[in-house]
Amino acid sequence: MELIFEISKPGRNAADVTASDVPAVNIEDAIGKKYLRTDLDLPEVAEVDLVRHYTNLSRRNFGVDLGFYPLGSCTMKYNPKVNENVAVLPGFTGLHPYADDESAQGNLQLMYEMQKYLSNIFGMAEFTLQPAAGAHGELTGIMMIKKYFEKKNEKRPLILIPDTAHGTNPASGALCGFETVTLRSNSEGGVDIDHLMSLMTKDVAGLMLTNPNTLGLFERNIEKVAQIVHGKGGLLYGDGANANAFLGKARPGDLGFDVIQLNLHKTFSTPHGGGGPGSGPVGVCAKLVNYLPVPRIIKTGHSYSWSGKFPDTIGRIRSFYGNFNVVVKAYTYIRSLGAEGLTHATEMAVLNANYIKEKLKPYFDLPYDRVCMHECVFSGKRQVAQNGVHTTDIAKRLIDFGYHPPTIYFPLIVPEAIMIEPTETESKETLDTFCDAMIAIANEAKENPQRVKDAPLTTPVSRLDEVLAARKPDVCWKRS
Amino acid sequence: MDYYPHTPDDIAQMQSVVGIASIDELFADIPQKFRLKSVLDIPAALSEQETIAAMSGIASKNKLPQLTLTGAGAYYHFIPAVVGHIVGRAEFYTAYTPYQAEISQGILQAIYEYQTMIAHLTGTEIANASMYDGASAMAEAAVLCAKMSNRTKIIVARSMHPEYRQVVNTYSWANGYTVVEIPYAPSGQIDLNALQNELDDQVAAVLVQSPNFFGVIEDIVPLTDAAHNKGALLVAGFTDGTSLGILQPAGASGADFVVGEGQSFGNPLNYGGPYLGIFAAREKFMRRIPGRLVGATVDKNGKRGFVLTLQTREQHIRREKATSNICSNEALCALAAGVYLAALGKNLRKLAELNIYKTQYLKNKLLQLKGWKEVFSAPVYNEFVLRCPDARLANEKLKNEGIIGGYELHKDYPELENALLFCATEMVSKDDMDKVVAILK
Repeated sequence: MELIFEISKPGRNAADVTASDVPAVNIEDAIGKKYLRTDLDLPEVAEVDLVRHYTNLSRRNFGVDLGFYPLGSCTMKYNPKVNENVAVLPGFTGLHPYADDESAQGNLQLMYEMQKYLSNIFGMAEFTLQPAAGAHGELTGIMMIKKYFEKKNEKRPLILIPDTAHGTNPASGALCGFETVTLRSNSEGGVDIDHLMSLMTKDVAGLMLTNPNTLGLFERNIEKVAQIVHGKGGLLYGDGANANAFLGKARPGDLGFDVIQLNLHKTFSTPHGGGGPGSGPVGVCAKLVNYLPVPRIIKTGHSYSWSGKFPDTIGRIRSFYGNFNVVVKAYTYIRSLGAEGLTHATEMAVLNANYIKEKLKPYFDLPYDRVCMHECVFSGKRQVAQNGVHTTDIAKRLIDFGYHPPTIYFPLIVPEAIMIEPTETESKETLDTFCDAMIAIANEAKENPQRVKDAPLTTPVSRLDEVLAARKPDVCWKRS
Repeated sequence: MDYYPHTPDDIAQMQSVVGIASIDELFADIPQKFRLKSVLDIPAALSEQETIAAMSGIASKNKLPQLTLTGAGAYYHFIPAVVGHIVGRAEFYTAYTPYQAEISQGILQAIYEYQTMIAHLTGTEIANASMYDGASAMAEAAVLCAKMSNRTKIIVARSMHPEYRQVVNTYSWANGYTVVEIPYAPSGQIDLNALQNELDDQVAAVLVQSPNFFGVIEDIVPLTDAAHNKGALLVAGFTDGTSLGILQPAGASGADFVVGEGQSFGNPLNYGGPYLGIFAAREKFMRRIPGRLVGATVDKNGKRGFVLTLQTREQHIRREKATSNICSNEALCALAAGVYLAALGKNLRKLAELNIYKTQYLKNKLLQLKGWKEVFSAPVYNEFVLRCPDARLANEKLKNEGIIGGYELHKDYPELENALLFCATEMVSKDDMDKVVAILK
């Protein structure tokens, strides 16, 4: 498809500017010539061409509304339409962030209640909604841990991270000045307790644990893990990326987690927008409350206000109050489902994942064969051994069957990993036809491997040369 | 209302395939003592109709102003209808990050086009796919400069948005860097002499904003020269993105990084978010910058296509050695920005001119009020600072008429008592401004 620049023609535009109702001023006099630009090379297209351009682009994109999107660890559940409708109410979209508190009582109430709901759901003392995404929440959580030890005058330069962890965990630790130490998994896919005991010293600030982990498995020894970490004065950090597995069933605060970050765009159904906006609230136990980012909402009687007066705070991690409009959608979701609905959603998410696991088990290697939580992880090892069909080939072939591929090659400890997260919003029929497609591909891999290796066959472009893209990076179009 | 399609019969059949007699068995790995015995303490479910009523009730507790004269980092601009229609397409907004390029060409190409427009607007060679917001983009640029240079001192202009400075402070504290603030001169620009005195071989970066928080346009060239003379990098931000339609961009004046808030480009105020952080840089930093980058390439038939590229910078490949921990960015907001800029095209300059006309009109009108005076002498874009006899009283009078007045600077600058920061965009009419002046008389 042509680029917007390639369909541009001088003299056109798709948005006009209202004529001035005040006197024009001489710009050179008002601003000064040296401060003015002389070029402005933006696309020039008529409205109809603009709309067709982007509409055609949208047709080359796959979203949850088009079909099943079992991208592991991303919780691509259906995004309810009513949430989109209420989020664009002018009362929510129209307010300036510096509107006085009295004018923003609705927004403040919503955010305050959201913090209370999340505190209740996760068993934490308090939440902040300021982080803009999950990784931003991780950073915030780790900063609070850093502050906690700083206040206690303890030097703890290390942080433990399991080998199954998302890449954001070690990166967040490093962005906060910690040195990361890798913690091994045991044969069941859980934390290797002996290894944890040997690593957990007074130099270690804490452990960043995802539970259930990225194998989709619940950490059975969670109580022991928490005891070991807390026993040495460390803190237990929870990556809530997989929270869709336990909502209404167990609470991280009860399990011993001191900090947890969420992803509203996963667990609480807000659409991911092709890569954001997300929202990454962080919950803390009582001893970390003072370190939360500012400003925080204070409720006095029936009125709400912002306050920055928390001397031990880590400070601000974003301008204003976070991705407010994303919070509106997640709040709406919680209100729609209610307590029982959220719990039932968890149950159906876990049932769906186990159903897929059982149906595909005969056809793909299952490295950890136990009841899984919200996602299951297969390995494509067998297909590689048979005919050299790799997981990436299987993923690309799934596209031809009308599905978004699962997460692949993650977690890193599973070779040729295929990580499938169906979520609760998918019906038995959808799962059945998806499994049929996976089985058909497993058969193709045996009988007609080249077809799988050539996939996808139905997309506007075939497999792209990523090596070329990285070797000769072209990240901005240049007029030739 | 709920969203799971399972009938009791489906559940029974699925349980039988999984080999369980009850759903509870699926949660057997959670130690019994930790399993929740009661339902969560949150309100009962609502029907769709009830949900809308409840949410409308909350939204109506907000009081929308008749008129807003505050910018200060978030700007009320007109958004052409096409923007909402495009970002409202479910093919875009219900997608995840484009990890599978073949079925994500839409968002990938749109982001590539966005990157191109941003690089051009900022006067740089490259731009990433977006950061969380202007403030965190500024902070990540500061951290990057320190990491690249192994230096530990960050210089920040006091005339930068107070919240940006706070975010820079937080990120710098977490990495053990020192932040030094440089005062502003009577012009409202950074005090160049003070900057030069503070520059030494430990300074990794000089962070400024132009237009700065006071609306004042900085002279970037001498700042770049001063920084580079001491081996430091210059990171230039901006406040309202529409200023890039008319002002010489910092990238064209030698800045190493141009970062800022992209909200002005087609994104509503939304009480502060979601917005998007613009992050643009010189080409030589391409392999070090944080965030997603979309690159053009070809498929096996030689057809042009787009992929996420240079991923070896990123957390999912490099883990603790990554250039940043950023994963999700603000793709849909960047899409809105791209559509907005493509819709306006060269009219962006016209829009910027209109903002200047309105601003000059409002400023001159307010200056006719008794006791109102200009605070800074350097040229401004669409914001300006005036000192008045009683800033709180002035804002109170405006508030009583449903108008959000100027931003009260004393909250962040004790030395600027009774100084108000006003903003006039294209959304403010002559009649509005005349009314404001009449109220304040």
